[in-house]
Amino acid sequence: MSSIKDIQEEIVSEFEILGDDKESTIFYIMELGGSLEEFPENERKEENIIKGCQSKVWLIADEVNGKIHYQADSNTDITKGLISLLIRVLNNRRPEEILSADLNFIDRIGMGSIIGSQRSNGLSAMIKQMKLYAYAFQTKQNA
Amino acid sequence: MSLNIDQIRGLFPVLHQEVHGKPLIYFDNAATTQKPQAVLDALTNYYGNDNSNIHRGAHALADRATRYYENTRDSVREFIHARESAEIIFTKGTTESINLVAQTFGRKFIGKNDQIIISTMEHHSNIVPWQMLCEEKGAILKIIPINEAGEILFEEFEKLLSPKTKLVSIVHASNALGTINPVKKVIDAAHAVGAKVLLDGAQSTSHLEINVQELDCDFMAFSAHKLYGPTGLGVLYGKREVLESMPPFLGGGEMIKEVTFEKTTYNDIPFKFEAGTPNIADVIAFKSALDFIKELGKPAIKAHEDSLLAYANERMKDIKGFIPVGTASDKVSVLSFNINGMHPFDVGQMLDAKGIAVRTGHHCTQPLMKRFGIEGTVRASFAVYNTKSELDKLAEGVAQIARFKNK
Repeated sequence: MSSIKDIQEEIVSEFEILGDDKESTIFYIMELGGSLEEFPENERKEENIIKGCQSKVWLIADEVNGKIHYQADSNTDITKGLISLLIRVLNNRRPEEILSADLNFIDRIGMGSIIGSQRSNGLSAMIKQMKLYAYAFQTKQNA
Repeated sequence: MSLNIDQIRGLFPVLHQEVHGKPLIYFDNAATTQKPQAVLDALTNYYGNDNSNIHRGAHALADRATRYYENTRDSVREFIHARESAEIIFTKGTTESINLVAQTFGRKFIGKNDQIIISTMEHHSNIVPWQMLCEEKGAILKIIPINEAGEILFEEFEKLLSPKTKLVSIVHASNALGTINPVKKVIDAAHAVGAKVLLDGAQSTSHLEINVQELDCDFMAFSAHKLYGPTGLGVLYGKREVLESMPPFLGGGEMIKEVTFEKTTYNDIPFKFEAGTPNIADVIAFKSALDFIKELGKPAIKAHEDSLLAYANERMKDIKGFIPVGTASDKVSVLSFNINGMHPFDVGQMLDAKGIAVRTGHHCTQPLMKRFGIEGTVRASFAVYNTKSELDKLAEGVAQIARFKNK
């Protein structure tokens, strides 16, 4: 499995192909949302909603063989695309890898100016929640 | 006479720019309109030449600033055809104007079990001040229902009216749907039971001829920044006898006649309601905005905007997945819609990437969105400087975006 660093490099080069064209970049992000695995209906509940996002984002995490498996969904396609990028980088990794991950691809592809400030705040909230899950599982593993 | 839109566009510097590499198309006019050069010049000119605190100044600058400030009040009077300039009170905006009425008229004249009537399509700023008042006084808030097109059900409104009704506060034109309410009928019916009427004119004043004497409303609230004027400035119109019956809103300088530690007597209207140093520069610059509207003429502005809305409806109606929200027969130039299967926020962001500025969300009308069973809409709202070729771009953009989920 590729490292967090390698996957980020992949993403950065994919976005480089799109160049400065904001329109095709947003369409691309929306297309990416389609790659999210089906979110379990029974988990679509209030307690799984990430606070701090304008649109609704549901996130759950499981531990499989010491690695964290994330599942997420949103009611907006752009947000689904964003979370699919985060999942692509962080899914099925050990908690300590996730906690120490430097997610520099977001700045490198200039995500802030692509999605605007409201959604950037939401994106930060998603990352924080994913890291919180990692912290919780790490604490459990070390107990 | 039809307007020369190219020439009008030339007066608005902000329109001539690119966003994301595309020419800006500004369709967020219901949120705020852009400002003509004359308004910008008036602001610079005031600070550059006349800056001074108004009233009671014994020097030339204060005199000049006072005169310009009061000139705007006269222009506003003329703009809404009030009887006299003293009936024009400057506030921070529509929201403050409504809160002023709630906190002064409301606190004095509305008591336990009295009723206030608003409609389903009110902006939060014409809901929350009344909820606060009702909570404080034990009064009751009644809501006029609407139909699927987004029009009030007048017969239902009449059923709500009773001697207990003390105030009807209703939006003249809906910010989220564009519906123009039959306010003259509403006012007459309310007066028949002895209730006062406040009109929220935030969205109507830039499009419709306003004559507060003919309408016979007791209050009207609106904002300068939706009228090609500066932000942070609004107007409360009130009939003299009603304003005089009300206690002051804020205490401080300007609003007093005489202060002793034992007792303070209050100034006459409008100054009674303008405590502290007002927003002098913006008031003065607002006159240039009103002059701009006067020069073009409301009927010509309305005719142009109506033709834009009709053209937009025509261009959009066949787009697969296009769902109009608010289809009242009488509307100002607001096109609210959704695209089947898509979140309005996504649609807005994709339009932004095309250089098209629209507003998305609940438009501060959550109860209205709930009535329609939706989370929000995409809202394109048109002003005098918009063009049909801009609407072509909007329609092409919406069609392309709609194909994403409506193949």
